[in-house]
Amino acid sequence: MTATAAISGPVILYVILPYVALSIGIGGLIWRRKTDQFGWTARSTELLEGKVLRYASIVFHLGVLAAIGGHVMGILIPQSFTDAVGLSEHNYHLIAVFGGISAGLAVIVGFVALMYRRIKFPRVRVTTTRMDVAVFILLGIGIVTGMLATVLNIGDAVNYRESVAPYFRQIFILDPDPSLMTGGGVMLIFQIHVIAVWFLYALWPFSRLIHAFTFPINYPRRSPIIYRPRNPRSTRGKKYGSGTPDYAPSISPESSDESPRVPEKVN
Amino acid sequence: MKIRAQMGMVMNLDKCIGCHTCSVTCKNVWTNRRGAEYMWFNNVETKPGRGYPVDYEDQEKWNGGWEVDRKGKLKLKAGGPLSKLANIFSNPDLPELDDYYDPWTYDYDKLISAPAGKDQPVARPKSQVTGKDLDLQWGPNWEDDLAGSAEHAIHDPNFKNIQEGVKQEFEETFMMYLPRICEHCINPSCVASCPSGAMYKREEDGIVLVDQDACRSWRFCVSGCPYKKVYFNWNTGKAEKCNFCFPRIEAGMPTICSETCVGRLRHLGVVLIDTDRVEAAASVENEQELLDAQLDLMLDPDDPEVRAQALKDGIPSDWIDAASASPVYAMAKKWRIALPLHPEYRTLPMVWYVPPLSPMESVGSDLIREGGDAENIFAAIDQMRIPMDYLANILAAGDVEPVRRSLTRLVAMRRYMRDVNLGNEVRPEIATDAGMEPHELVDMFRMVAIGDYDDRYVIPKRHGEVSPNAFAEQGSCGIDFENGAAVPGLADQTGVNAPDPYGGALAAARDNVAPTTGALAEEKVDPDFDVRNLLSHHGGPEERHA
Repeated sequence: MTATAAISGPVILYVILPYVALSIGIGGLIWRRKTDQFGWTARSTELLEGKVLRYASIVFHLGVLAAIGGHVMGILIPQSFTDAVGLSEHNYHLIAVFGGISAGLAVIVGFVALMYRRIKFPRVRVTTTRMDVAVFILLGIGIVTGMLATVLNIGDAVNYRESVAPYFRQIFILDPDPSLMTGGGVMLIFQIHVIAVWFLYALWPFSRLIHAFTFPINYPRRSPIIYRPRNPRSTRGKKYGSGTPDYAPSISPESSDESPRVPEKVN
Repeated sequence: MKIRAQMGMVMNLDKCIGCHTCSVTCKNVWTNRRGAEYMWFNNVETKPGRGYPVDYEDQEKWNGGWEVDRKGKLKLKAGGPLSKLANIFSNPDLPELDDYYDPWTYDYDKLISAPAGKDQPVARPKSQVTGKDLDLQWGPNWEDDLAGSAEHAIHDPNFKNIQEGVKQEFEETFMMYLPRICEHCINPSCVASCPSGAMYKREEDGIVLVDQDACRSWRFCVSGCPYKKVYFNWNTGKAEKCNFCFPRIEAGMPTICSETCVGRLRHLGVVLIDTDRVEAAASVENEQELLDAQLDLMLDPDDPEVRAQALKDGIPSDWIDAASASPVYAMAKKWRIALPLHPEYRTLPMVWYVPPLSPMESVGSDLIREGGDAENIFAAIDQMRIPMDYLANILAAGDVEPVRRSLTRLVAMRRYMRDVNLGNEVRPEIATDAGMEPHELVDMFRMVAIGDYDDRYVIPKRHGEVSPNAFAEQGSCGIDFENGAAVPGLADQTGVNAPDPYGGALAAARDNVAPTTGALAEEKVDPDFDVRNLLSHHGGPEERHA
């Protein structure tokens, strides 16, 4: 981009919006991590309703993980790489369409079931905040447009790996070209999908979605029983019941100034 | 040997009258908040009964606690870390709110705001979660005093393997109360179940807490605890549990449930634990040997070697003195009258129970007045209304021997002291037949029958000079709830806590009768100690026969 470029619609949507969203998103995550550990939770409602959740949550989350994997393959990994490892465009597209549709179906089924549950069960409904509603709407738009983009592109009309994907990668090298998104061939549905997700990223740190940045990676390695001294330090350690380094008091324990009191003899 | 101090409690079920005062005071202090309405850090159950939450003792259903695998290795019954991570999107063992109960209040306002009409206005129950009308089907202590026992008590998991079967006939019914708090286990399965490492035992006193800042609402602690004493706050999305009233404990005061106990049945004290052998003790293959393995971890605080090692491991000397005067150590290990709740869960729980005596089944017999020989006591014990098998399933992994020993000693104490009290000839064989020395029975009598405040609660104060930076603990010690703990009025609008409502007067008042450490132990073995002196103070034989 040159300095003389006009602030046009595409520039706002595909250049300014991403950076604003990412700044808010990443800055917000850091801010919240530093200031609100107490609020850092998935706000689970399994206590209030568990039967529908069991299936809906698993289907939804596995679908989301698969969809994220699909995006990594399609957007982050350049076409030149898949070409180099011998994956033809046709075969890539087959994987993308079948994988994308099945992951998308799982996400949609899970999402609809979770929304049904949230509306149907009053106990779950009362825990819903306004931020939750905003996130659900943006997620819903993202999911529906993502699915539609996959389905409408079965014929491979849009090779997003030559337009959307390079644009997305350019964001990280601080040189995005908005014309890649608006240029011929990128369907409106792709554009809505991308824009909705930028908004979602901006809301991310302020919503329940922060739980996605919590994975107890240390759990399998740590000691089962954790001891903590009054001044908490590390909680790592392998030995059973040795969650912290041994703790030596800074002064001799014998120098306690509390002399034991002798009870009065009962007589 | 690595020694740590561990707080413990003994509840003498023989004295519990089921008044729920402990539950109410606890609730008013700790769980009177949104999201915590259904939680009872302390609750009192009528046994037989299904308990709170429903059937929590049925680990085939809930998969709480530990088990040993074929190789003899201790593992979480619900599965280890990898299995938990695989189930992270939905915890298959989590109780739902209805397994506890839907908490409710009444729209009392209706009673005065209803327009004049033909009928009395009615305050209807409203859910505290949704605010909607409730059709009450279950609630806290729904089965109190055997209410609906024909329907509910027969499901009590503790009836398994009992030959006599369930006694449903009215003339044969029996019941007892079981007050329950968090067990502050030596080998807590909730701590091991937490993926985030948010739960921990305090090094100084073994109290188990939830770091509210580190909790990420995975909920495996709730299902991992076989006693179901970790709760999930649906409002904050964090786990909460009994914290042994540690702000009081640190000041040398008993927990609020103990302090307010009408029957004075709770005892608090410190025991010294060898933490190097915890895993081995919890891994003993035979469930019925877990009790002895746990007692073996509890070291003799009067042993010079133990004292030296304890000092070396950083335990302050007044804590060691407190351990030698500990009512928990005395009742659990010295006299062996207190037993742990469901040792078979392998968590090595630290809230112990003295089993209750109960009326004789046959008319005309009397536990206390019968002759004093051992055979007679054993016969009497076996005739008690609460089946020994049932008590054994609750307190001894099904082994009746520890229960029999405990009950025998309780009866022996009564018979022995009855003679003392009436001025009869004292019969030392009553003690020896029950496996005790006469002076031990007298000590026991002092502890369980008289139970002076300072004998029941031997609580060493926190050493501020050892861990001075209390501010660093903010948020991590389990009481930083959304709006602070309970009594919202105590926190002003700026979020700064109001000054101590008692102005320090409470602490000062307590100091005047402060729990004392050290001296009691010596007094216990005082050969000149004459129980009659003690009794005369309480209206003994001299006065009575004057």
